[in-house]
Amino acid sequence: MEVYLDNSATTAPCEQAIEAMNSVLRDNWGNPSSLHKRGMRAEAVLEDARLTVAKELSCRSEELYFTSGGTESNNIAVFGTVNAQKRRGKRIVTTSIEHSSIEESVKFLESQGYEVVRLPVDSSGRFSEKDLMRAVTPDTVLVSLMLVNNEVGTFQPVEAARRAVNVAGSPAYIHCDAVQAFGKIKIKASSLDVDTMSVSSHKIHGPKGVGALYVKKGLLLVPRTYGGLQEKKLRPGTEPMPAIAGFAGAVKALPSPSSGLDQVGRLRDYLCYEMERMGGIIINSPPNSLPYIINISVEGINSEPMLNYLSEREIYVSSGSACAKGKKSHVLKAMGLSDDRISSALRISLSRMTTFEEIDTFLTALGEMKNSIKPRR
Amino acid sequence: MKEILLIKNGELALKGLNRRTFEDKLIKNIRHRLSGLGRWEYTSSQSTIMAEPLDDGIDMDEACNRLKKVFGIAAFSRAAAVEKDLGTILSCAGEYLAPQLAAAGSFKVEAKRSDKSFPLKSPEICTSVGDKLLQTFEHLRVDVHNPDIIVMVEIRDRYAYIHANQIKGAGGMPVGTAGDAALLVSGGIDSPVAGWMMAKRGLKLTAIHFASPPYTSARAEQKVHSLLRQVAEYSGRINLFVVPFTEIQERIQENCPEDLFTIIMRRLMMKTASIIAKREGCGALITGESVGQVASQTLYALVCTDAAADMPVFRPLIGMDKEEVISISRRIETFDISILPFEDCCTVFTPKHPRTRPKLEAVLKAEDALDVEALINKAAESSKLVVIDSE
Repeated sequence: MEVYLDNSATTAPCEQAIEAMNSVLRDNWGNPSSLHKRGMRAEAVLEDARLTVAKELSCRSEELYFTSGGTESNNIAVFGTVNAQKRRGKRIVTTSIEHSSIEESVKFLESQGYEVVRLPVDSSGRFSEKDLMRAVTPDTVLVSLMLVNNEVGTFQPVEAARRAVNVAGSPAYIHCDAVQAFGKIKIKASSLDVDTMSVSSHKIHGPKGVGALYVKKGLLLVPRTYGGLQEKKLRPGTEPMPAIAGFAGAVKALPSPSSGLDQVGRLRDYLCYEMERMGGIIINSPPNSLPYIINISVEGINSEPMLNYLSEREIYVSSGSACAKGKKSHVLKAMGLSDDRISSALRISLSRMTTFEEIDTFLTALGEMKNSIKPRR
Repeated sequence: MKEILLIKNGELALKGLNRRTFEDKLIKNIRHRLSGLGRWEYTSSQSTIMAEPLDDGIDMDEACNRLKKVFGIAAFSRAAAVEKDLGTILSCAGEYLAPQLAAAGSFKVEAKRSDKSFPLKSPEICTSVGDKLLQTFEHLRVDVHNPDIIVMVEIRDRYAYIHANQIKGAGGMPVGTAGDAALLVSGGIDSPVAGWMMAKRGLKLTAIHFASPPYTSARAEQKVHSLLRQVAEYSGRINLFVVPFTEIQERIQENCPEDLFTIIMRRLMMKTASIIAKREGCGALITGESVGQVASQTLYALVCTDAAADMPVFRPLIGMDKEEVISISRRIETFDISILPFEDCCTVFTPKHPRTRPKLEAVLKAEDALDVEALINKAAESSKLVVIDSE
């Protein structure tokens, strides 16, 4: 039996997503920008999808732009903001635990003369509101914060950003990378009070190649791509309709956040309890983190042999972000973990489709693995 | 007008009576590389091989790219093959070489007449063709000392060939003319380069890779496949043997001193590789070692590993700097694959402080704690064959 516990990397598409995609591919394959009836039928699917995703974020559908995924959404937000605010300042505030699509974007801007402040995090992986208040200055143009960290699952106090920006009298736009949180907790764009927010489809059982960017009404971003009128020129190019329809199908299939959290929370509690009983395992995720993500270190054993051992048995976990392809985790480093603990890290990420049986299979293999893999010197 | 490839042998002409064998091998290697593009006919005379496409629409640009990677070719040209008739030669030369001549300022014509029955002598051919080109391309002038372009006219048995701008070949000797050798390949930067260098000298490659699941991943082996596929563009097909090495590494770790781990492991790799190499008819081993690069490649360590092989060990990188090796690996396009971050078997059990001046005696004594024969025979026997070829 395959045991897939790498749901933060990607998830299995759900039936509703597959069905919605098939129907667009087979029947409703028109171009939503075409003036004829086939075009209008496609446009109806597009706008219905927009409404569906917007509802999930409690925003208006005209505030939602489809993109090719989380990475593009983050790039449009970062570069769109700094280019719109060119004359207002050259300072960016973000955290030391962002996804590579934010970190690499601000690193590029740093090379172009921007000053980038990366907020430190405590041992639970959380930045402090106090540090944020101090970091935001009147010449800060962008504050970019992730809502839930993708490697350890820690919630970040993103809602503190608005006060920091107001107190500083800063013109900064606030961006939130909500890719890992979306569909798992209740997100309300207006109460989080951010200006832009990224979400992705394939982390919630939708297809790859599509995501969305929320842009607060009235806010002006400079596009990164130029072309037609699609997505109000912020993201031109013929819309990937099968993917967009699949995205909406996946959103419609989401359970209510509280029931999802409850179900996955029980799986997480059981898993953590059993691993602590097993011994030799340190749980790196803080107890009050998103239950979908559990980061652990297995004392003395390197991540890669563990992944290989489990993979041989069709049990799939990861050592960190799939986007980092096996590089040492900057998140665990920022949390102050020892090199040994970082080298031994595993990320187990669950979904609403995960079963207790799968957890049991994983636990058995984990126990056997600890006895058969040689510890590092 | 038909376009063909004129291929000049490299060092082959020097090989006296063996020349025929060398040339046959070269044609066979060229055939292997070009066959995927369509059907070809090969003929050879006077240390030139002619490859004539038999199918329409063969991608000649791609054929040239592939030829650039065949060892044993000094240079080659794309040429127009035309009837051996002065009128035809005159009209085709300008037409075939129009793009090059339009871009050039000065030119000269050289002629070779190996078919002595052709009525004009070489200097006369040059004059006629030169005159005609001067008429057609009014901007051109003749410069016999330093021309932008040399127009070659060769009168051979079947056709007259018109070409310009020789393309430099990969040089070296045809793969397979120097025998077989087994390359120890890890997945790093050095071993593919070492294999490439020895293939250039005419050795046919067999490859041996040590895998240590679960300490190494399926991706690490995949990476070795990709590296060898790149090398195979030059060396032709490679038989890769993947040797399960986990047990040997675990036994060494359990039974031998930590600071000798690497040196003993490398010795057992040499021993295992020797068994497979012999079985596969190889006369030597090839490694990517370079003196002093890492602890296991000091002179003292090399003395110890060398003693474990019972056949010659070729180390073409022995005196090269890392930068020099990297520049070759970029040229043969293995570098970007080599730097992918998967662990290979050499890094898994690495001791914190390996001995840099091991003494062979002490190493042999430490090895006594292992049943070496049984371990290496078992590893060699359970190795798995993967046939690697260029696309």
